[in-house]
Amino acid sequence: MSEQNILEVQGLKMYFDVSPPFVTRLLNRMPKQVLKAVDGLSFSIERGKTFSLVGESGCGKSTVARAVAGLYTPTGGDIIIDGQNLATAKDRSKITDISRQMQMIFQSPYASLDPRWRVRDIIAEPIRAFKLAANKEDEWRQVEQLLVQVGLSASDGEKYPHEFSGGQRQRISIARALSSKPEFLICDEPTSALDVSVQAQILNLMTALQDELGLTYLFISHDLAVIDHMSDWIGVMYLGRVCEITPKSELFSNPRHPYTRLLLEAIPDLKGRSHRKPLKGEVPNPITPPSGCTFHPRCPYANERCKQEQPVLGEYGPSQVACHAVEEFRI
Amino acid sequence: MAVIDISNISIEFPTRRGVLTAVENLSLSIEAGEILGVVGESGAGKSLTGNAIVGLLEPPGHVTAGTILLNGRDITHLPESEMRKIRGAKIGVIFQDPLTSLDPLYTIGRQLTQTILTHKKMSHAEAKARAIELLNEVGIPAPEQRFDAFPHEFSGGMRQRVVIALALCCDPCLIIADEPTTALDVSVQAQIIDLLKNLSREKGVATMLVTHDMGVIAEAADRVAVIYSGRLAEIGDVRSVIDAPKHPYTRGLMDSIPQIGQNLKTLPNIIGAMPRLDARPEGCAFNPRCAKSKSICRQQTAPLIETGSDGQWAACWAYEGGNKYV
Repeated sequence: MSEQNILEVQGLKMYFDVSPPFVTRLLNRMPKQVLKAVDGLSFSIERGKTFSLVGESGCGKSTVARAVAGLYTPTGGDIIIDGQNLATAKDRSKITDISRQMQMIFQSPYASLDPRWRVRDIIAEPIRAFKLAANKEDEWRQVEQLLVQVGLSASDGEKYPHEFSGGQRQRISIARALSSKPEFLICDEPTSALDVSVQAQILNLMTALQDELGLTYLFISHDLAVIDHMSDWIGVMYLGRVCEITPKSELFSNPRHPYTRLLLEAIPDLKGRSHRKPLKGEVPNPITPPSGCTFHPRCPYANERCKQEQPVLGEYGPSQVACHAVEEFRI
Repeated sequence: MAVIDISNISIEFPTRRGVLTAVENLSLSIEAGEILGVVGESGAGKSLTGNAIVGLLEPPGHVTAGTILLNGRDITHLPESEMRKIRGAKIGVIFQDPLTSLDPLYTIGRQLTQTILTHKKMSHAEAKARAIELLNEVGIPAPEQRFDAFPHEFSGGMRQRVVIALALCCDPCLIIADEPTTALDVSVQAQIIDLLKNLSREKGVATMLVTHDMGVIAEAADRVAVIYSGRLAEIGDVRSVIDAPKHPYTRGLMDSIPQIGQNLKTLPNIIGAMPRLDARPEGCAFNPRCAKSKSICRQQTAPLIETGSDGQWAACWAYEGGNKYV
């Protein structure tokens, strides 16, 4: 593992058993059904940078976030944070140490804050859990500092979550995530529940905090414009696999994978310059994914090989792409 | 004559702590074949306006002033029994989440034929033929076979197509689409927008497209109305509102939308948030967040003022002196 990388994910697999109950299966002679939410995913994140995952709903991007955060135990693969493998770690004390350095911001600030807790308790919980404050006074001082840091006032700690608007609540979530002094934040659609004018405020706050505290972000969104604004590196996911990992500049100027291209064409254009071409079809059922390259039924460049053989990531300039057509110089 | 003509309506919610005016003095009209986009933040009152038209305001909310004319007929205070004849027949409604607008216990075929038979005198076989024709029209492949499928057997995008087919059942003259693409992915979103556009062009249906997504508006709408805190902030041709917004709120809103290839370190944003209904400031509701607010802004609500010759109107005192909307 190189020194620069804060996180390395190698061959991450996350399978869920979605079979019908045992008796039903026995009576109807049905096989077990496995949903491969994430199937062999590898990427790494450099310290102080933002890596984003983008894809349509159901492609597994949130599952990756949850596995990295330790909320799921992966079926296979390695998640290496600061040289320690989270996927296979048995020692709780090591996990505690990793989880202090890593926090998560969730999509909906309406669901992620306990309505019966005062804001100061919500923010102080990680401080207490990791014993980061010498005494009560120190704890309150830290909470007040955090509140000010995210653009709220120190006295807001006395209030309850329902007294705040969506944007303010997301600020509270950020303050809570920052309270254990993490180096690495996992942000799962942090602005998609917010209005655009508020979204801009939260995104600005996140970039400012990154500069100030040297944070690393794993950023997840379905909005390509937000991704473009926030990221250094981008991974495009389709049905549990990565189809392209590329620096930001390359993705938008030189998209390689056919799915990435179609995704970019599908974005509504504010200026109304070009008429977007709607992408044909929809994401297939992940329980019974298509054979070979899972994108082949929707891909204009698919041939026989794509239907049979699963492509692997190959290097093309700064990018990594998993596509037979790109490999064979067909596109 | 406009298909739907809303003039100066107000919607109020009496509560224990006093009356909340959720929509105030709002006027809109939509011509046949036209798509009017209605944008605003959550809580601005855009969905309420749509619900008021179809008479689906949640009590205690009710229309306290103004009139809603559908093809010249006043439907503002129609009794529920009368409204039921209009809803579904003259006005089709598409809601945000296609899973909740379909009954999970009935096949989509049954839901479609039932709707058709409720409003039209037809035999069952005719209704079925009509339903299949509709499914075909909204782009559901193999409609004869899908006719007997249940909603859960469809994907999100396909479900939304079924909902659109339901809305089209009785050849409505007005469609109210409330966030029709919000629950869908970008790639599917584009398909649904295309479908809505084609329907309104070909069938001459007036469409009210309620959404918070400016991208969707830019693609689909002919005109756009921007609502802020229950009041109309700006209305006009979609290109002029997006390219040259006149109201400071619309301008701030447009600037704060991130765009690909912009490469800004920080996004411009409007400070603060939209006021709560019980704490709306005196005068223009936007004045505390506006960089150019004057003393009159803090005292009086601005009327809609024409800002150019192209039919763009903004409720902002900066354009004082222009034609006022009455």
